[in-house]
Amino acid sequence: MLKVDGLTKRFGGIVASDNVVFEVARGELHAIIGPNGAGKTTLISQLAGELVPNAGRIEFDGSDITALRVHDRSLIGLARSFQITSLFPNFTALQNVTLAVQAHAGHSFRFWREACKEPELCEPARAALDRVGIGHRADTKVVNMSHGEHRQIELAMALATKPRMLLLDEPMAGLGPDESGRMVKTLLELKRDLTILLIEHDMEAVFALADKITVLVYGRVIASGDPASIRANAEVRQAYLGEQEAVTHV
Amino acid sequence: MMSSSMSRSVPWLTPRNTFVAALLVVLALLPVYCAIIGNTFLLSLFTRILILAMAAVSLNLIMGFGGMVSFGHAAYLGIGGYAFGILAKEGFTSGLIQWPVALLVCGLFALVVGALCLRTRGVYFIMITLAFAQMAYYIAIALDRYGGDDGMTIYKRSQFGDWVNLSNKTFFYYLCFALLLGIVYLVWRLVNSRFGMVIQGARSNERRMRAIGFPTFRYKLTCFVISGMICGLSGVLLANHTDFINPSVMSWIRSGDLMVMAVLGGMGTVFGPVIGAVAFLLLEEVLSRFTEFQGIILGPMLLAVALCARGGIDGILTGLRRG
Repeated sequence: MLKVDGLTKRFGGIVASDNVVFEVARGELHAIIGPNGAGKTTLISQLAGELVPNAGRIEFDGSDITALRVHDRSLIGLARSFQITSLFPNFTALQNVTLAVQAHAGHSFRFWREACKEPELCEPARAALDRVGIGHRADTKVVNMSHGEHRQIELAMALATKPRMLLLDEPMAGLGPDESGRMVKTLLELKRDLTILLIEHDMEAVFALADKITVLVYGRVIASGDPASIRANAEVRQAYLGEQEAVTHV
Repeated sequence: MMSSSMSRSVPWLTPRNTFVAALLVVLALLPVYCAIIGNTFLLSLFTRILILAMAAVSLNLIMGFGGMVSFGHAAYLGIGGYAFGILAKEGFTSGLIQWPVALLVCGLFALVVGALCLRTRGVYFIMITLAFAQMAYYIAIALDRYGGDDGMTIYKRSQFGDWVNLSNKTFFYYLCFALLLGIVYLVWRLVNSRFGMVIQGARSNERRMRAIGFPTFRYKLTCFVISGMICGLSGVLLANHTDFINPSVMSWIRSGDLMVMAVLGGMGTVFGPVIGAVAFLLLEEVLSRFTEFQGIILGPMLLAVALCARGGIDGILTGLRRG
């Protein structure tokens, strides 16, 4: 589904992505882990098209998308969520998600009808909110909602664009244990019909969800494989997991 | 939460809406009052208010809803006015030619300005809009054939056949009033449409808008052009009203005035700038009877609104319900 080959991104002297190679199969949940500063967000920004790589190639569903712009990638079914919640604070939850639906409902040079009353926009938006378990808060302004709810709306927006693949940048960031548990449950459900690339710090969540894990250290892929082999990999343990004893108990 | 349950029972009967309704009634009956007391000055003042209110509404469309702070909006007042004035001088007196040409020229100007300034942000955006307005200003000064620095008198208002006479002051007032209401309604539909949601979303979080698949530039540019054309229409009306056009219509001070009207009235709503224009221009008129330095009073008032009431007069009125 997604094929990354030789991706390299330099910021001055720093190599944030160093010849990154990996592949995400259709229907797979592929997690990217790595210590802070490993270049995970840089990687996802290149996949989403916000950063242009210095070298390498990104292939999505068989076609080269390396040169495609952000909104065009979104339109061909590659949706991303943001690590730092990035919503429209003065819109309601429903309006936020409606915008995401609207983005994929043809052009928006429609000047007359009230957008919020169009069923073809509202209904998919409500469905997406229900799917992440936040339908009851649809008409609340986002600015008045909790961080956990923001994360859920974030996910609903990515879903509402009817993506074929989700790029999730730390969906658990800043969530309490209860909220994380709920998010894992939601993701498990989504996993059934979607290909997902997940960047996450929460190891418990990663090992509960991932079919395949790629480990990134200083911009380089040091290991890639199923969760069991990653957990057993000595280099990975040394570079990363060693600091997180909890992981051995998962 | 008592107030919210109250407002649910009669949701439209708020102090704010009552005020807006009262204002509309006053504006609608003003010519009758003027006819009774025989005061043509008042009618002329309010015609001007209605016309500039329309310009403020157009500015608010891009500034309040789109987050595009144009500090050169008076340019469209001037370009609309000059397009009309120049055509009139050259013998094209039909409004059916003058008005569309004026709107078209304003739209093209907005297209050029927008195409450049929308690639920038913040202060640079403001400076580019200002630069273009100053350019238009100096070009107008250089137009010797059309009065240059002194401007020119326009001897004939736009002609629309036998049954429409723009020189009839009462008729002209009602024409401006109807056009203002029409524009307010148009902008209201616009900001709530799909198009408007994109514009408002781009103000709030443009990066996210692109991430979910909106090419925001073309929507913002379209909005910029629409705003410029509406302001151009009010420019045509203004020149018809004063029978005169000169470069100072386009000065940056006038652009500032339009911003003040929008901010004072409230940028969050479509009707806010109308309230702002009425308040600002009436105050300016009243204060000018007492002092030459209206700014001494207007300035601190604007400060107070900017610091204490971000929603402007409209915001204060809306807030009354809760208070």
